[in-house]
Amino acid sequence: MKLIDQIWAFFASVQLAILTLCSIAVTSIIGTIIPQGEPYTFYVTKFGTKTATLFQVLDIHKMYSSWWFYGLLGMLSINLIICSLDRIPSVWRIITADNLAISLDRIEKIASLRRWELPQEKSNSIDWQSVLSNTGWSFQTKKCGQTILSFSQKGRWSRMGVYVVHLSILIIFFGAIIGHFFGFKGSVMIPEMRSTEQIFSSPDSKPIDLGFTIRCDSFAIEFYDNGMPKEYRSGLSILENGQEILQKDIRVNSPLSYRGITFYQSSYQAHQEFLLQITETDSGASRQFSLPFQKQESWKERNLQFGIINAEATGQRALRSKLWLKAGDGPAITQWLADSEDFSFTGDGKNYSLKVKQLYSTGLQVAKDPGVWIVYFGCSLLLLGLYMAFFLSHRRIWLYKHKAATSSIIYFAGTANKNKAAFAKTFSKLTNLIDQTICHDLEQHN
Amino acid sequence: MDSSQLLGITTFTYLFSTLLYVFLLVFKTPRLGPITTSFTVVAFLIQTAGMALRWVESYRMGIGHAPLTNMYESVVFFSWTIIALYLVVELLFKTRMIGAFAVPLAFLAMAYASFAGNISKSISPLVPALQSNWLIAHVITCFVGYASFAIAAALGIMYLLKSRSQQNQTSFAKSRFNDLPSLPFIDDLIHKSMIFGFIWLSAGIITGAIWANSAWGTYWSWDPKETWSLITWFFYAITLHARYTRGWTGRRIALLAIFGLISVLFTYYGVNFLLSGLHSYGSSS
Repeated sequence: MKLIDQIWAFFASVQLAILTLCSIAVTSIIGTIIPQGEPYTFYVTKFGTKTATLFQVLDIHKMYSSWWFYGLLGMLSINLIICSLDRIPSVWRIITADNLAISLDRIEKIASLRRWELPQEKSNSIDWQSVLSNTGWSFQTKKCGQTILSFSQKGRWSRMGVYVVHLSILIIFFGAIIGHFFGFKGSVMIPEMRSTEQIFSSPDSKPIDLGFTIRCDSFAIEFYDNGMPKEYRSGLSILENGQEILQKDIRVNSPLSYRGITFYQSSYQAHQEFLLQITETDSGASRQFSLPFQKQESWKERNLQFGIINAEATGQRALRSKLWLKAGDGPAITQWLADSEDFSFTGDGKNYSLKVKQLYSTGLQVAKDPGVWIVYFGCSLLLLGLYMAFFLSHRRIWLYKHKAATSSIIYFAGTANKNKAAFAKTFSKLTNLIDQTICHDLEQHN
Repeated sequence: MDSSQLLGITTFTYLFSTLLYVFLLVFKTPRLGPITTSFTVVAFLIQTAGMALRWVESYRMGIGHAPLTNMYESVVFFSWTIIALYLVVELLFKTRMIGAFAVPLAFLAMAYASFAGNISKSISPLVPALQSNWLIAHVITCFVGYASFAIAAALGIMYLLKSRSQQNQTSFAKSRFNDLPSLPFIDDLIHKSMIFGFIWLSAGIITGAIWANSAWGTYWSWDPKETWSLITWFFYAITLHARYTRGWTGRRIALLAIFGLISVLFTYYGVNFLLSGLHSYGSSS
């Protein structure tokens, strides 16, 4: 039994808490200095073979998911649980205590204390409780022989604040664990006009089936005048059994969620391929073709042949492309077109309008995290707990009246468990109020 | 008049304000007190106007956003928050002596923003990842926390000076700081500023996490900035535990307040330049 007590005391101790917090803080620094998640050869060239091997053994290259780092977090959790369980019963006793069961010698030892001695009839004519309850304190009273004891308190639950904080940290950990085991993180690249049913888990690139289809309808990138990217936007559709269920344009900071899986705009890739949207103006018939660079394609029903024969680009982004087009047996025409610029022409007796646009793939981060709401709940609870623990205090006041032979003795006492300076002000305000009432009463009697 | 002129003026008014507070401290001229405070309030209003104007200017450029997005803007906001919090402390606790320690920090921040060669003052458009309302929530919560820790550190310096001068035998050294608030008062105020900062830092980390989750689907990725903010959070958590359960007060807490600010500054500033990660606004601009 003694051993269990010792183990309990060890895990309940603040020393362990401080040691664990220090260890997590100090080891976390390692991970900010030594680059994480690089291949073994990276560490060999940078730190030498011996150090790289040591890193491998100690999982330094992925230290935030290493066994010893999880161990530290586990230690912190156990410490939080045991130290809270160790202390809550006594705190609970204070919260639920019968404060009317206090004796006079204990009242006399309270730091904030005032004492009055008044003639009996005077003391009887004052309604002591209502003097103080006007200031927002509500009293319980106990009579016992010649003694009347009143008690009032505020903010007793603030004593639980620190345990709310401890609990909230455990809830955040719990949410993270749920996310780790029941969720996934991955990514996928989808070219415009294509769809996919699976994504690739990061970091091991294993395919994950979504259980539905996601299609990229369009991708657009916009730039500021100075060349900085302004917006990446993907038009996405969700399909189930070939049926379109949902359509949404996503941007960075504005993802699409479906069945607990969320798609985030994260990157893009420009292809050496173009999309041609062509509409026959009279009938309204419209088709879209993908044109690999310098390959000829055709719309057979309309007897049209076309291709992109040249393009002007900065980096990967095509600014203009040169379209080659031939309708029926007419002469071929060529035309430089800016990306998505409208162009009309007549060929073989028909009017057409068209535009050419470079083909992109949208890069999506995909995440499923059923624990995230638990984490957010824990975060809210953390702020609530910190507020309770630091900004509220448990204030208690007692009014004790004892009838002696010819006079009454009044004691007024108060304590606060925190922010004693502020309580001292409150206390002196209350005693002033009592003083005033006594004076006022004296005047009336004279 | 444009915003950079107003903010340039702010740098000098904060310098002058610092000198007034130090004058007050050294020459003990309480009649100057209200003038010092009024002057600081005016300097603060000039800075507020400068920041508001910068906001308006960004809209005129067609890229409207709150002036909280790059290193220059954040340093200006840091000094603004320090003065705002300091003025609240002065009002609440009716003491001007803290100004001689807190206002210089705001001046140093403005001086750095104005004169450092490595930070750009231009108003630039927002890259897609920064286009979020969480940006404002995240920056404000973090910087209220940072400013509160800065004031705790200023009080820490004040505490150490006063406690050293009290041990000193010469009456001159003793009298120089005897106008400062009493040691228990400073100690209590250090503790209060740390608590206040701790809650806001927590809120800052949380809003950052929510933002990261809405942008990338990961609320925590152990990026160096995130990790250092957590290290700072732990630092203050340890300090608060040491105070509550071990009864640490006085010089030890004063020292920890100063070390805490160093950790804050490294999280805020050092990480951008020394370690790579998501918050690379320092090195890129």
